[in-house]
Amino acid sequence: MKAKDRDQSLSDSRELDGSYDPLTDSIEDDFELSTVCHRPEGLDKLQEQSKFTKKELQVLYRGFKNECPSGVVNEETFKLIYSQFFPQGDSSTYAHFLFEAFDTNKNGSVSFEDFVAGLNIILRGSINDRLNWAFNLYDLNKDGCITKEEMLDIMKSIYDMMGNYTYPCMQDDAPREHVENFFQKMDRNKDGVVTIDEFIESCQKDENIMQSMQLFENVI
Amino acid sequence: MAAGVAAWLPFARAAAIGWMPVANCPMPVAPRDHSKRQDELIILNVSGRRFQTWRTTLDRYPDTLLGSSEKEFFYNEEAKEYFFDRDPEAFRSVLNFYRTGKLHYPRAECIQAYDEELSFFGIIPEIIGDCCYEEYKDRKRENAERLQDDQEDKKDFKPPNMTFRETIWRAFENPHTSTMALVFYYVTGFFIAISVLTNVVETVPCGSTSQKDISCGQRYTVAFFCMDTACVMIFTVEYLLRLFAAPSRYLFMRSVMSIIDVVAIFPYYIGLVMTDNEDVSGAFVTLRVFRVFRIFKFSRHSQGLRILGYTLKSCASELGFLLFSLTMAIIIFATVMFYAEKGSSSTKFTSIPASFWYTIVTMTTLGYGDMVPKTIAGKIFGSICSLSGVLVIALPVPVIVSNFSRIYHQNQRADKRRAQKKARLARIRIAKKGSSNAYLQTKRNGLLNELLDLTASEEEQQHLNKTKSLLESQHHHLLHCLEKTTGHDFVDEQLFEQNCLEGALQPYRSRTPSTSSLEGMTGTCCSRRTKRSVPLPIANAPASHAHPLALTHTLPKSPGLQELSAINIQCAEKQIHSSSRSNLNMQTNEVDRRNCKQQKVTTAIISIQTANTGSPAEDGGHGLPNRGASVVTTTSSNIIKVSAL
Repeated sequence: MKAKDRDQSLSDSRELDGSYDPLTDSIEDDFELSTVCHRPEGLDKLQEQSKFTKKELQVLYRGFKNECPSGVVNEETFKLIYSQFFPQGDSSTYAHFLFEAFDTNKNGSVSFEDFVAGLNIILRGSINDRLNWAFNLYDLNKDGCITKEEMLDIMKSIYDMMGNYTYPCMQDDAPREHVENFFQKMDRNKDGVVTIDEFIESCQKDENIMQSMQLFENVI
Repeated sequence: MAAGVAAWLPFARAAAIGWMPVANCPMPVAPRDHSKRQDELIILNVSGRRFQTWRTTLDRYPDTLLGSSEKEFFYNEEAKEYFFDRDPEAFRSVLNFYRTGKLHYPRAECIQAYDEELSFFGIIPEIIGDCCYEEYKDRKRENAERLQDDQEDKKDFKPPNMTFRETIWRAFENPHTSTMALVFYYVTGFFIAISVLTNVVETVPCGSTSQKDISCGQRYTVAFFCMDTACVMIFTVEYLLRLFAAPSRYLFMRSVMSIIDVVAIFPYYIGLVMTDNEDVSGAFVTLRVFRVFRIFKFSRHSQGLRILGYTLKSCASELGFLLFSLTMAIIIFATVMFYAEKGSSSTKFTSIPASFWYTIVTMTTLGYGDMVPKTIAGKIFGSICSLSGVLVIALPVPVIVSNFSRIYHQNQRADKRRAQKKARLARIRIAKKGSSNAYLQTKRNGLLNELLDLTASEEEQQHLNKTKSLLESQHHHLLHCLEKTTGHDFVDEQLFEQNCLEGALQPYRSRTPSTSSLEGMTGTCCSRRTKRSVPLPIANAPASHAHPLALTHTLPKSPGLQELSAINIQCAEKQIHSSSRSNLNMQTNEVDRRNCKQQKVTTAIISIQTANTGSPAEDGGHGLPNRGASVVTTTSSNIIKVSAL
């Protein structure tokens, strides 16, 4: 009988063990989170700390506050926002790495100050600063050198953002090959890791990379 | 890309720094922002209420009005703002969409007004956020239903060429369309009632012979048989007619109502076939039970019954649940009662199925008392049984009731809308007439003005020169041009109908009055006068007693002027005396053709007092206000048609 099946499925999903109470669970818990709010330090102070103009800071903050009314971004929101720019692929891993790079004080949330600090380096810093920042991004365990595994993770996350529908078709070992290329270029002393000095030196020698660093002049 | 996070695009571009060192190929050139506009506030003035927002906020959605260059059309140079002549309340939602990326539907807005605002600003309603989407869809569906009702009611308007079959089907489906259908409807209803009554009365014992009660059916066999035959005849005829007229016979035969029809009349025929065969007479008696299905034929006549049936169908799952839970409880309690009562002597609980009867009677709180528990345990379980019965039955019932209520109210609303439709249509007609009347009034005023020019009477001239708005005068000029193009004039409905009447009396009609732009009066002028004329809000009612032929203008009653009526006469060479209507129609064609060639249309104004004098005047009409004298100047005239006022 149809009603019988429905009854059965009801009991299956609820598991009469009493641990789940649909009426009283979980509604109250959510109330606590929304009261956390963070305000950045004054506009003037931020202006001193960064090389952005007042208007640029205003625009940045307005955008920031729009998406994160509470004033801080947690990793979930960060990933969500970033994924909106890459509808075809999966950008969550790369967003995770970015989050780690922005979250300088490692407290699990990115405040506006962190945000501005990061952007300040990338958009208004010198080429060396930018390269430093990139190195910091790649060095997942922040030990001062990039291993092949770390680089592979990064590479995979970048390739993930492409998604499935690419031309030419994405091969499975594309990230690994790319990592090999990278290490060949960057690893001077062939010891299997890339240190900061090797990295900066090799990048400075590479025309393409230098040119691409110029792109960030006019982002905002 | 989701424009809602457009503000984070600089961040996303900055984050691309992670790709640069690992890239194998050179990066493409970045687009330069040539305009390099600083983010500025722009002012949006919507009907006086000023909204301000950043330009970049609006630029997030470039395929809407505000986000594209289309808004430049609304730019007001002096005030340096964008002005929109729209509803500020609805604009709030529109602007919030730009700000938050989510479109909300305010409940207080009318759905159509909101849709229009959205389409004006180039926003598709499908992006309404989940929070408001349900409400929006519900309202939209209700509105669509309302419009559909209007459309369906237009179906009542009989299309001109329907086959015989379609006519019959229509008569069956909508009994109020024609008298015959209504008669048939009531007759079948009556016979259904008679048939059901007969079946009931058949079994009543009336009189007794030879110490035995005989039912009426057995006593008056012939009478009842005749009655039954008559009813079945009617039902058969009705069924066959419906079958014949149905647009899709297969679908019709599958429909519930037709199955009920068949089941209602079948037993009779089967009874005819198997006459007095003793073996099957038992089965035959069973078949007679099916005659009670005739009562379901009433559902064609009663809407409430249909709603009930529809409700039960739509609550099938709740009913199923009710049935299932009852069955479960019955089995449990019957088992318990059986084993509890097993010990007691001479117990009625002889088996579990026998206990089912007790359980059912107890759970539905009937309590016949034919089976009662005697042991203590039996009584305890019996009381538990009756308590739980109430609960189990009370749970699904409100769901069914609320379903019924919702469907019933929906139907009520539909009926109410239909009832109000007439009033609504009348309102629409009056509104339409208002505008055409304004034009006709202007023409008369124009006539009268020229009339007055002759007499040069200042006061009355001023009185008639009511200030018309520029819009109105341009509109009227347009209508006038149309008149001149086609060579016909606009008249109002009442006069037109009078003309048609008059057309039969007078030898010929001169200039064909054009039909006014009201409800689709197409075709030959008089053949489709199906509508009663609505009393017109013009003050020329008294003039309707007059029957001027081919009347195009009547002048309104105004203080100081007697009523005048003007006649348009055409100078025609021949006079046709025959007045058959068909001739008339032919003549109008000839007249029309002549119309195009000769422009000698003249207007005569006849005063009230002088009944028979009339004289044509120049086109555009001269006439004198009747101050006791009759009128007018004459030009070339051949034949004048005269009206008696």
